Amino acid sequence: MTQTSWESLSNQAVAAAGVVYFLALLAYLAEWALLRQVPVAATRREAIAVGGRAASDTATEADDETNDETNDASAASEVSSEVSEQRIAMAGRLGLLLTALACAVHLVAMVARGMAAEPHRVPWGNMYEFTLSGTFVVTLLFLATRRRFRTSWMGPLVVGFVLVLLMVAVLWLYQPVAPLMEALDSYWLVIHVVSAVIATGAFTLGGITSVLYLVQDRAERRGIEHTRGYLSRVPDTVTLDRVSYRMHAFAFPVWTFAVLITGPIWAHQAWASYWNWDPKEVWAFITWVVYAAYLHARATAGWKGRNAAILALVGVGTLWFNFIGINYFSTSSMHSYARADEAPALLTVATPGT
Amino acid sequence: MSEAPQRPGVRRPGELTARELARFAWRQLTSMRTALVLLLLLALAAVPGSLIPQTSVDSFNASQWKDRHETLAPLYEKLGLFDVYGSTWFAAVYVLLMVSLVGCIVPRCWHYARGIGAQPPAAPARLTRLPDHESLHLDQGDAAVLERARAVLRRRRYRLRRDVPQGADWVAAERGYLREVGNLVFHLSVIVVLVGFAMGNMLGYKGAVILRQGETFSNNLTQYDDFVPGSLFDASNLDPFSFDIEKFDVQWRPLGPNVRDAGQARGYQAHMVYRTSPGAAEQTYDLRVNHPLDLGSSEVFLVGHGYAPIITVRDANGDKAWTGPVNFLPQDASFFSFGVVKAIDAKPDPIGLQGFLYPYFASIGGDPVNLGGQDANPVISMNVFTGDLGLEDGQPQSVYVLDTAKMTQLMTKDADTGKQKPLRLDLAVGDTAKLPNGLGSVTFDGIKPWVRVQISRSPGKDIALGGVVLALIGLCGSLFVRPRRVWVRARPNPEGGTDVEVAVLDRSGGGDTSSVLASIVESLRPGAAAREEQT
Ligand code: HEM
Repeated sequence: MTQTSWESLSNQAVAAAGVVYFLALLAYLAEWALLRQVPVAATRREAIAVGGRAASDTATEADDETNDETNDASAASEVSSEVSEQRIAMAGRLGLLLTALACAVHLVAMVARGMAAEPHRVPWGNMYEFTLSGTFVVTLLFLATRRRFRTSWMGPLVVGFVLVLLMVAVLWLYQPVAPLMEALDSYWLVIHVVSAVIATGAFTLGGITSVLYLVQDRAERRGIEHTRGYLSRVPDTVTLDRVSYRMHAFAFPVWTFAVLITGPIWAHQAWASYWNWDPKEVWAFITWVVYAAYLHARATAGWKGRNAAILALVGVGTLWFNFIGINYFSTSSMHSYARADEAPALLTVATPGT
Repeated sequence: MSEAPQRPGVRRPGELTARELARFAWRQLTSMRTALVLLLLLALAAVPGSLIPQTSVDSFNASQWKDRHETLAPLYEKLGLFDVYGSTWFAAVYVLLMVSLVGCIVPRCWHYARGIGAQPPAAPARLTRLPDHESLHLDQGDAAVLERARAVLRRRRYRLRRDVPQGADWVAAERGYLREVGNLVFHLSVIVVLVGFAMGNMLGYKGAVILRQGETFSNNLTQYDDFVPGSLFDASNLDPFSFDIEKFDVQWRPLGPNVRDAGQARGYQAHMVYRTSPGAAEQTYDLRVNHPLDLGSSEVFLVGHGYAPIITVRDANGDKAWTGPVNFLPQDASFFSFGVVKAIDAKPDPIGLQGFLYPYFASIGGDPVNLGGQDANPVISMNVFTGDLGLEDGQPQSVYVLDTAKMTQLMTKDADTGKQKPLRLDLAVGDTAKLPNGLGSVTFDGIKPWVRVQISRSPGKDIALGGVVLALIGLCGSLFVRPRRVWVRARPNPEGGTDVEVAVLDRSGGGDTSSVLASIVESLRPGAAAREEQT
């Protein structure tokens, strides 16, 4: 295959992944809509409140159990509720299946992108490629941790988020494949970016959990008991807080490794100075500090819970701002990522001060 | 009631002595809440430096910004906003944070050191009061159950409480002592990193120079184009190395409609010959991006490249007013470059040239086009000025900018319209153009590549790196070691067998204790031992 056909394969795969993500979203939304009609038995909510011990893998599976416990309901309504429970389970499984399929197509898009470059390379030379990789990791981590953290209920949010970012990438960030600029041609790039992208994915999932935490927290504070609909399937705040913490506790050391170890090592080799206060570095540092504050907040009376969740969202904000936004605010970044329409970073550096 | 006479040593309520006030302030400063607020403040303080060009990062950009914002610039200057990371207020935030950190962490180290041999606390009176507990009934006797519990917990690397009263009906165990160590190591490493970083900033330096192919550099201050020393840097101990740029090689992407980045540079290296000191033997090195040359405590990096056209300017008398290579600055990835020539010795008036270099010139439909960076068909295209170059008034001037304020531009008549237009000399290599009014001539003799190298010394970089690695290890300990306490109580049931209670307490607040509890309970059941031994 030629470079050009790899590139168009990649573009088609991105489009296909987008379509499948969209279908997954529809399936999840169908599940969501069906859920509105079926009240959740009080027993199940209690089971979740005890710390998720009895909450089973997916919300829909949990409902199968619930059915057994609500046998005293009238036979007629039981039949109809059983039918809709089955439909809910179907929709949920379909959503999951489509998400996994989309993730596989997404992977094809990334690999083809790397193959399109001459010489072949890792698919992260510019913002478009970073966003492609970052969103892929979000989906992958979601699929990988779904069972362990019992986070199937995050499906619609994850798919929605990934879909939006893919659209942003295709509409605004797209760039044709180009060879890596000289400074990016280093194996430190691979290590640095892989870890940064993994951390970004995990922080993003943590952020989504924190959003749900805030929503549930509001409901709990107002004494609203959701008995039907999506929120009734989302775990209580204690569980959400713990899942969110686990995601962040995983992401924070990885981020530390990416921006405070491999980043500086590579910067030292390429730019003669391991820390340049370049805007990208500054924002990576800001993100790091905000997440350190999040971890502190969880251990500080008066900051636990709600405030910590808000800090986690501030963290995600700085993270994605740095990923996409900072390039539009700052002119002096050396992280120019092989943009053909810009003077390569090294030339900018080559402009003497006076 | 009359006013009580004020005696020394008796205070009104609410009054604090200086010592108490200091202690109060210290306690506030070293509280978690303060640490949190200071962290957020640090994040906030770092923001402006990423939005306003920083002199230390990109002085060219910063000075351009200042020219564009005449009202804001002096105000920003006062606030240190062009050097945020060196400013007093930024330093104030991180110094406070470090003081708070030391004040918080050091006492915890003592505390921890004393507690390192501590035993797990005795079992609480009622295990069922703890949030995570389970009760079960086993057929064995209570002594056998407790023995089994001890074995199970020991195998899971729990520390067991030793001084249990004779005949006690419980077992107490704890694990995860390293979490606290991890936390302390992490925080102390932050200080190590800061020390390493500060060393680099104070004792190091960073300099850059543009060298044309064939030129020699020997390491002393006068040779640098720009030089940024650390605040405590002593220029007398520069390493005495020297090197020549023998040859500079670039691989160019070929031209063609299907080639990506046609005509751009891919892979380039400077072949250099160097000596570590004047008497030392010559050695060679191919300097490439990402592959710096280590020279004692200094390192040499390749950070950019470009072209220097060789230009000769003759004046009205036919004398050479300027001859030699002039560094042009690349404007884009195709090495379309800008530069100026200042022929100050020209008679009767100095001559200035300003214009562009097309390394790979082509005329497409009458328009000049640069096909790529390779110097396959170099053409310079220059405007000409005469008059005062502005060099006399002693003000330092950039060699890359022509100050045309007091100069007159040479004009010519447009062949088509008959109107006056600026004179432009388009010269290929070997061409000479005569200037109007017998002012002289300009010759384009050839072209030479230049490289920009950065030379820097960053002492303390290994300390900083070691510090971060240590911090990461500590962090992992702090985040992933789960400190837990487990208690098992066994009481004989009057109707036979034993009533067992198991409780687990997670002290980090983040753990999922239910699975731990379930697995411990599982191993206490008869048959579990046999099953475990089989595996
Ligand atoms: C540069 C400054 C600091 C950074 C980057 C930082 C970072 C962190 C991080 C990432 C954690 C999470 C580890 C964990 O959860 O165990 C943590 C925990 C902690 N930090 Fe800091 N910290 C800083 C300053 C401070 C200061 C000034 C104090 C004291 C007031 C402090 C006290 C603590 C304590 C007590 C914990 C443990 C919390 C717990 O038990 O979970 N830190 N810090």
